[in-house]
Amino acid sequence: MTTAVETTGRTVKLEILRQDRQGEPTRWEKFEVPYRPGMNVISALMFIQQNPVTADGQNTSPVTWDMNCLEEVCGACSMVINGRPRQSCSTLIDQLEQPIRLEPMKTFPIVRDLQVDRSRMFNALKKVKAWVPIDGTYDLGEGPRMPERKRQWAYELSKCMTCGVCMEACPNVSESSSFIGPAPLSQVRLFNAHPTGAMTKDERLNAIMGDGGLANCGNSQNCVAACPKGIPLTTSIAALNRATTVQMFRNFFGSDHMVD
Amino acid sequence: MSKNQEFYWRRLHSLLGVIPVGLFLVFHLSLNFTATGGEETYNNATGMMELIPHWLLLIVEWVVIYIPLLMHGLYGVYIAFTATNNAKRFSTFRNWMFVLQRFTGVFLVIFIAWHIFQTRIQKALGAEVNFNMMEEIVANPWMLTFYIVGIISATLHLSNGIWSFLVSWGITQSPKSQKIATYVTMIFFVVLSVVGVAAILAFV
Repeated sequence: MTTAVETTGRTVKLEILRQDRQGEPTRWEKFEVPYRPGMNVISALMFIQQNPVTADGQNTSPVTWDMNCLEEVCGACSMVINGRPRQSCSTLIDQLEQPIRLEPMKTFPIVRDLQVDRSRMFNALKKVKAWVPIDGTYDLGEGPRMPERKRQWAYELSKCMTCGVCMEACPNVSESSSFIGPAPLSQVRLFNAHPTGAMTKDERLNAIMGDGGLANCGNSQNCVAACPKGIPLTTSIAALNRATTVQMFRNFFGSDHMVD
Repeated sequence: MSKNQEFYWRRLHSLLGVIPVGLFLVFHLSLNFTATGGEETYNNATGMMELIPHWLLLIVEWVVIYIPLLMHGLYGVYIAFTATNNAKRFSTFRNWMFVLQRFTGVFLVIFIAWHIFQTRIQKALGAEVNFNMMEEIVANPWMLTFYIVGIISATLHLSNGIWSFLVSWGITQSPKSQKIATYVTMIFFVVLSVVGVAAILAFV
């Protein structure tokens, strides 16, 4: 590929934590890439992909990472940049201290280098039934109307892109713990707020009252500080705490007010 | 532990920390505070406990103190050791309180075990629990330090525990309500610490 690179003479120094696969030894590799105005972390990684040579001139394998939308909407390109988990697409080189240290989000299993396997998040969304069930044998017609102000509020919760940053920031989410983490919990609040979703809200509440569920939150509130979308994760968790308190008593005493 | 019981264990853990363990701590430190009024006041106040029939006192001790404390402590140690502390990377106030809650909790298991051995078990073995007993214990400056750290750990653990209790049961939800709860529980921490430390210093 021949791209006209505007040479400014300046370079960007990067240090990347490499790992061939989960369980293999890790190693730090240093890279130096030519600076271009407006660079993000991904553009630096793309240069390394085309020129897999370390700063001291050694040939190495191209660095692997995940990416997709390049506009902080898909959540695929999250990694730990200078100690903070964030998206490598929206992280601009100009705003970073050098050398820029790139590490994978180690709370997830490593696929290779900066690429991690976020399956546990998608499995958690299945576990908590993070959808509105409308399938049936006949057309159910329109659902109840959602108040506009509630829709605007729920939109904020719907911005979650399953990027895994809150999972990396949470001290109670790790490979050794079964905690489903903040993101899927907030989705329960979102779908329980939906007028049609609320028709099965007890199922979602009972799902997060299972092992590794809501009660495993330790209130460090790192998630809400780290979320790139500013989702009120801790407010969602506290609201679900109240909802499950009520659900717990309903279950125990056999209440018939399951979706009231 | 059988499947899907974790939620109930966590909720029980949260509840027991406040009722009865937290209430007992407030009562215990308040009673000790009478030591600031001198030896006689303290001995009279603690002597009141002797008026309760022995069998009843034993039942109350087990039901209100030992069993809840043991359950809260053992499950708490499990919770503390399943966390991956990261306050260096994410150094917010709440994350530091998260770490402190776990450190004080583990320390309190050691401190309270020692404290029970030094007072309650000695009483069961025939020693008399009174002003002199505490005076002798804290005559050792290391023991005094150990007790002061233990008291402050307990008051901090309870104060922050009340804050998390309010969140865990869904009482405080919005960031503002949680912030107000932080202020209120931190004032409570200062007041209870003054009471507790003043009490132990009264024996010096």
